[in-house]
Amino acid sequence: MNEFSVIGKRIAMVDAAGKTTGAGKYTDDLSVPGMLVGKILHSPYPHARIKRIATSRAAKLDGVVAVVTGKDARNPYGILPVGHDEHALALDKVRYVGDNVACVAAVSETIAEKALELIDVEYELLPGYFDPEESMKAQTDLIHDNKPHNIEKDYHHVFGDPDKALAEADCVMEGRFIANEVTHAAMEPHSTLAAFEIDSQTGKPGRLTVWSSTQVPYYLQHKLSLVLEMPMAQIRVIKPLVGGGFGGKSEVIPLEIIAAIAARAARAPVKITYTREEVFWAHRGRPRTIIDLKTGVKKDGTITAVKARVVQDGGGYCSYGVVTILYSGALLGALYDIPNIGYDGYRVLTNKPACGAMRGHGTVNVRFAFESQLDEIALKLNLDPAEIRRRNLLKPPCVTVNNLRVQSYGLPECIEQVVERSKWRERKGKLSRGRGLGIACSHYVSGAANSIIRSDMPHSTVNIKIDRDGGVVVYTGTSEIGQGSDTMTAQVAAEVLGCSLGRVKIVAADTDLTPIDIGSYSSRVTFMAGNATLRAAEEVKKQIALAAARKMDCAPEELVFRDDLIVRGDDFGKGFAGEGARATQSEASVSGHVEGQILRGSLQQKRKDEGPKDQMTFEEAVVAAIDSHGALTGTGSYAPPLEARGGKHKGAGVGPSPAYSYSAQVAEVTVDEETGEVTVHKVWAAHDCGRALNPVSVEGQIIGSVWMGMGQALTEEMVWKDGMLMNPGMLEYRSPSSVESPEVEPIIVESIDPEGPFGAKECSEGSLAATIPAISNAIYDAVGIRLHECPFTPERVLAALRALKKSKHINLTEGVDPAAPTRFREHGGALCFRGKGPERHALDPGRREATVEAGGDD
Amino acid sequence: MKKELIELRVNGRTHELALEPSKLLLDTLREDLQLTGSKRGCDDSSCGACTVQVDGIPVLSCTLLAASCEGQEITTVEGVSEHGSLAAIQKAYGDWGGAQCGFCTPGFMMTVKHLMAENPDPTEQEVRAALSGNLCRCTGYSQMYEAIKAAIEAEQKGMAAAK
Ligand code: FES
Ligand code: FES
Repeated sequence: MNEFSVIGKRIAMVDAAGKTTGAGKYTDDLSVPGMLVGKILHSPYPHARIKRIATSRAAKLDGVVAVVTGKDARNPYGILPVGHDEHALALDKVRYVGDNVACVAAVSETIAEKALELIDVEYELLPGYFDPEESMKAQTDLIHDNKPHNIEKDYHHVFGDPDKALAEADCVMEGRFIANEVTHAAMEPHSTLAAFEIDSQTGKPGRLTVWSSTQVPYYLQHKLSLVLEMPMAQIRVIKPLVGGGFGGKSEVIPLEIIAAIAARAARAPVKITYTREEVFWAHRGRPRTIIDLKTGVKKDGTITAVKARVVQDGGGYCSYGVVTILYSGALLGALYDIPNIGYDGYRVLTNKPACGAMRGHGTVNVRFAFESQLDEIALKLNLDPAEIRRRNLLKPPCVTVNNLRVQSYGLPECIEQVVERSKWRERKGKLSRGRGLGIACSHYVSGAANSIIRSDMPHSTVNIKIDRDGGVVVYTGTSEIGQGSDTMTAQVAAEVLGCSLGRVKIVAADTDLTPIDIGSYSSRVTFMAGNATLRAAEEVKKQIALAAARKMDCAPEELVFRDDLIVRGDDFGKGFAGEGARATQSEASVSGHVEGQILRGSLQQKRKDEGPKDQMTFEEAVVAAIDSHGALTGTGSYAPPLEARGGKHKGAGVGPSPAYSYSAQVAEVTVDEETGEVTVHKVWAAHDCGRALNPVSVEGQIIGSVWMGMGQALTEEMVWKDGMLMNPGMLEYRSPSSVESPEVEPIIVESIDPEGPFGAKECSEGSLAATIPAISNAIYDAVGIRLHECPFTPERVLAALRALKKSKHINLTEGVDPAAPTRFREHGGALCFRGKGPERHALDPGRREATVEAGGDD
Repeated sequence: MKKELIELRVNGRTHELALEPSKLLLDTLREDLQLTGSKRGCDDSSCGACTVQVDGIPVLSCTLLAASCEGQEITTVEGVSEHGSLAAIQKAYGDWGGAQCGFCTPGFMMTVKHLMAENPDPTEQEVRAALSGNLCRCTGYSQMYEAIKAAIEAEQKGMAAAK
């Protein structure tokens, strides 16, 4: 018999039917009586001072109920306590094209849009900064006055002695890598509905209810309270279904606060839903990142040291930036055994939409650089790329040089699995020209061990209530955003209580009803909220066991809960196996059905007559327990253990996690040498998720991550021109469609983490980072070009191919756009425009002459 | 703009509606008929989340005027489930993980229903081609193919979907 009866099974998500029938409600599907439509006026300039805003003409338009500006809510906010630099509506300055200036609440969208045109704003233009390395030189006209040189934050970390280790290494490889900017582009555009209630005592607007597409209802409640100057207890945040987040909804997005400000001014409910273009402006995606990386190894391939200088183009506001730049350095550790690490990270402000957290937060671009460089080293040392990775494995349990604690570590098996399944040994380097295989690894946190808001508060708390009907209601603050958190919660509760999944109801993400949970980000939900659910269920189970033991004349510890039955441990086999068990179960469900209808007195009478039982149904036991204490309730919470919270250095708070997930991947690609087009045929992706609570969901998360990584590797890129986004649509941004998507073979590796719920760890983010370098390494295997900039567009591939053959550099877009500035796509766009010339890095494939010299640069 | 009275047949029922002639079918479904299953995911007819069937053909309801559909049979995702239980394709999308956040799912339902009606035994290439007008940002599409295969099998066996 299987160890578990609910977890580990392939099951449909508990909310699947609502999604396939269209019955499930997302925020924009909601409406309340008297609701107005809100529309936002955005800045047309990347950097400007607001001299004057005149709203009176707009306010007079028939059908307009309110026009609000920055003056209506002056308090700054931001997701990080160190980054309170945003205003929902600009007060004095705008910092990117798309920054929020004013909002109109009107009876219809058409009228609101017309009103926006009637708002007069006078701007004084300021010089814009679009390239981080330029921006760092700024002396005047700073983006934020308190950030000299437009540097949001810089960190300089040294662990061990990287300089000495590099000097002593047998081989040192050095290079510059660039990863361009990408965004979440979740299918659901952000939406918020805000409504005030009139207070019965004062007769004035009182409590505020906000329905919003958010991953973090509790943070939203907190920031609303800050900006609107209302007590948190007066604010209720409800998260309906969310149509994908990927980090884009993991902080407070301007419309969420603007809707509340507008509702307060209009004295009526206001709903704002972003257009797709506005979603691109709201952004908070992965910053364009420039990585100068140096790795030293011994002759046998063991890594002695890594040094990285990372510059992130953060956009106009802090957002999660300080955390992003720290993750980039911290997660150089915990994948391989690296005894010496040096890290210089710069988070730089520019006049573009703010970058924030995106799937694989902070780790993805650096991983692309690292895993590419590791392959360059393997080539130089004549080592198999899979082998060099094997030679650098950690030996857990251990603590890395930068104080990350690693316990469960499925990486060796992940590598083994993908090597096996892809027939790596037989096929690597032996495929026909133009076709190649590449391998890469990655890892990610299962939640951050230190929360954003420093306090002793548990990161997750869960309540469970069981009443006489035998229904188990789980109250959890976790945010289902499509990743399956409600299903995970139901499974964990059902497994612990030994009841069927159908008994469990989930009430989630409603700040009035559910205890505080800090939200769905950094892949923390299964590990943290799962543990809290487990503890809450165990507390309730204890109460049931006590009552059942009394009836069954045994010790509570002897009881086993399973399949809606409670039996004594020694009857375990009898109660569950074979024919007998099935009969008992069907009786159980019949009795369950009848029980709700029998009057309590007669039921108790019946029980008394029966004497001690050798087994009880779940419902009988619940009723017995309720008879002695009333409805059963239990609370469980989770806070990461102290040992997992990392070191003491500045910035040590980011990176530590109670457990890390691991991934290894092999990608098979072909490169068309005529067109430069790269096709990914298949990706084998092995992911160590600790234990797969629901394999369908785990596989879905692995495939989704790999697919998103492939998008960043091949097509996705936000293209800027003087601070204007050139491709704010799904087609132009090039989110891959079904015909462009490869087959992904997900392989689940279970390392059973000692602290995870049933041993589970994260599975939603860790796979993304390995995909980009796996593809890059496969491209090298296919045609012998080493790409240092992603996405690997046909232009970049062709430029590198031509450089390899030392043939003439062609500028395909020359003269195509006469208005194009010379600095369009500074480092990238090999074939777009000439770029910065001498300032371009030597390895930038866009510089033909330089690329040729780079051949000898090791 | 002056409203006009039009008659729309949606999911087998006739509705009489006063609409501006410029009103889009998607907005009419969502706002006037409260059929919010069809979603809006983009500004430029690129995502497919708004897909409905008009006389059995999948179309983007965000680019269609409601008034132009008078006299035609409109089917939305709300009209897919049969007699109060899930259609085979809906059950299969749940079982195989074809829907994660579910925002794209209504659009896919309408596209896939049409594919299954037109081509009862599609190859993987045909499935991919048929789905290429609908974007999904969560699943990477793979599990949808499994779901479609399973739904076709279930239908072929003449099995009713989960009761
Ligand atoms: S809403 Fe995107 S295609 Fe219609
Ligand atoms: S399931 Fe989320 S977009 Fe398709």
